[in-house]
Amino acid sequence: MKPVNHRAWFLVAPMLVLVAFTAVIPLMTVVNYSVQYVATNAQFHWVGDLWFREVLHSEKFWNALWRNLVFSGFILAIEIPLGVLIALNMPRKGWGVPVCLVLMALPLLVPWYVVGMIWQMFGRVDIGLMGVMLRDLGYNYEGDPIDAWFTLILMDVWHWTSLVALLAYAGLVSIPDAYYQAARIDGASKWSVFRFIQLPKMARVLTIAVLLRFMDSFMIFTEPFAVIAGGDPVFLSTELKQTVELGQKAAMSLIYFLIILLFSWIFYTVMTRDDGEPQSPGGAS
Amino acid sequence: MKQGRFAWIVPALYILFLLTPIYWLIAMSFKTNVEITTRFTLLPETFNFNNYVKVFTDERWRSVFANSLIYVGLNTVISVAVALPAAYAFSRYKFFGDKHLFFWLLTNRMAPAAVFTLPFFQLYSAFGLFDTHIAVALAHCLFNVPLAVWILEGFMSGVPREIDETAYIDGHSFQSFFIRIFMPLIASGIGVAAFFCFMFSWVEYLIADSLARSAVIPITTRLQALSQASGTDWGVLAAAGTLTLIPGAIVIWFVRNYIAKGFALGRV
Repeated sequence: MKPVNHRAWFLVAPMLVLVAFTAVIPLMTVVNYSVQYVATNAQFHWVGDLWFREVLHSEKFWNALWRNLVFSGFILAIEIPLGVLIALNMPRKGWGVPVCLVLMALPLLVPWYVVGMIWQMFGRVDIGLMGVMLRDLGYNYEGDPIDAWFTLILMDVWHWTSLVALLAYAGLVSIPDAYYQAARIDGASKWSVFRFIQLPKMARVLTIAVLLRFMDSFMIFTEPFAVIAGGDPVFLSTELKQTVELGQKAAMSLIYFLIILLFSWIFYTVMTRDDGEPQSPGGAS
Repeated sequence: MKQGRFAWIVPALYILFLLTPIYWLIAMSFKTNVEITTRFTLLPETFNFNNYVKVFTDERWRSVFANSLIYVGLNTVISVAVALPAAYAFSRYKFFGDKHLFFWLLTNRMAPAAVFTLPFFQLYSAFGLFDTHIAVALAHCLFNVPLAVWILEGFMSGVPREIDETAYIDGHSFQSFFIRIFMPLIASGIGVAAFFCFMFSWVEYLIADSLARSAVIPITTRLQALSQASGTDWGVLAAAGTLTLIPGAIVIWFVRNYIAKGFALGRV
């Protein structure tokens, strides 16, 4: 049991001041804008829920939201199984371990704009390795929406599958050898070892992987922006960046943020659910 | 667990897939623009370092690299410094509102950067900080401080509470205990938290781009301006892009065994 100590607030205070400055004040500004109309002479006029109704009735908003959800769906359906497959086949000891870990982590450390730039240079049909190879099949991501989708999904798989693989790997190496020995004595098949030993052990890290991948792909902006400057497909964040009207922009921001907040809550609930010590706010393991 | 004899093929193919686009970027950085745009060559015809010479001798390239590294460094120091005591409080004590606060922190990590670009501009302008390193460093605290608190709390909770109690009985004050005994114990956690702050500040584009417009332009903003202009100098872009991979590649080596734990916010 952790002792109750309200003076712990003093330890939290510096962090709180900083986050209030960087998060709360800006968010309040957004709330303020979302209910007002800013005239050209910088006069503010109260408009109530006008902007919210406008956003919720805008076809562009729903289209962007829908595209975001489809994109995230594809990302999860590809990256999670692929990441698990890679983790299952990664070496467990010897020189292969650090080599795998370092090379796989490499895409995670590439600035997001550079990720987009790499894929632009790789996918363009005039100068790119992939573009030139696929040119004869009619591939051209700058002209064809399907090809653009394909390129964006492939880019995201390239960028983030390692995250899933590394998390799953961390779950796998925490399984004691005794489990596998017991399975061998029982004559368990490869599938039942996976289903009843490996998958349950990975469940927790995989939940984290699913939720991180879902949320980050839901917020994606920079990489598509770099690959296909402004063209289709347009995501929520792109829509937000392109909206000019201040109030509408703010209202859309808040709706966007509330959707994220909902998923954060699910994330938090799932993460803290299995903790042995429910008093712990973060719940360490 | 015994793996099949050909298990290595899966990670090998995956790593090949990861390295191919990076190879293309590096190969392009050694080509001339004539070769890039008119001929399709898997290997550069001759390795010329002109593109790198251009990047290193151009004051504008040097300054954007420096700008990025400065705000990333500042952000890492600030984030870890304020996260350390906060994470200790969360891992050791119960206090009024702790759970709500912890959840609220997480929502900041999940906040879409696009939502904050508009108010950030106004906030930092109001304080006269617009277009400074410190503005970007503070803005990145939005997602890095919560991340650092979560990671550090995970590591700190792995240290038995008896150690704290023993130290206090031995007559250590809080500061002396925290700095001389506790911080060395969670040194790897501090390293991992710093790594992740570095990483997310380094890769971020949208906020940095909107807060640093002229005096302290980040590297990615310059890349963006040049890559979407007409008559793109592909060779130089590829060379500058290749150079942005280096800081990441260096820091990965130090934390390779902890990367997964960090992504799981200290909870594997």
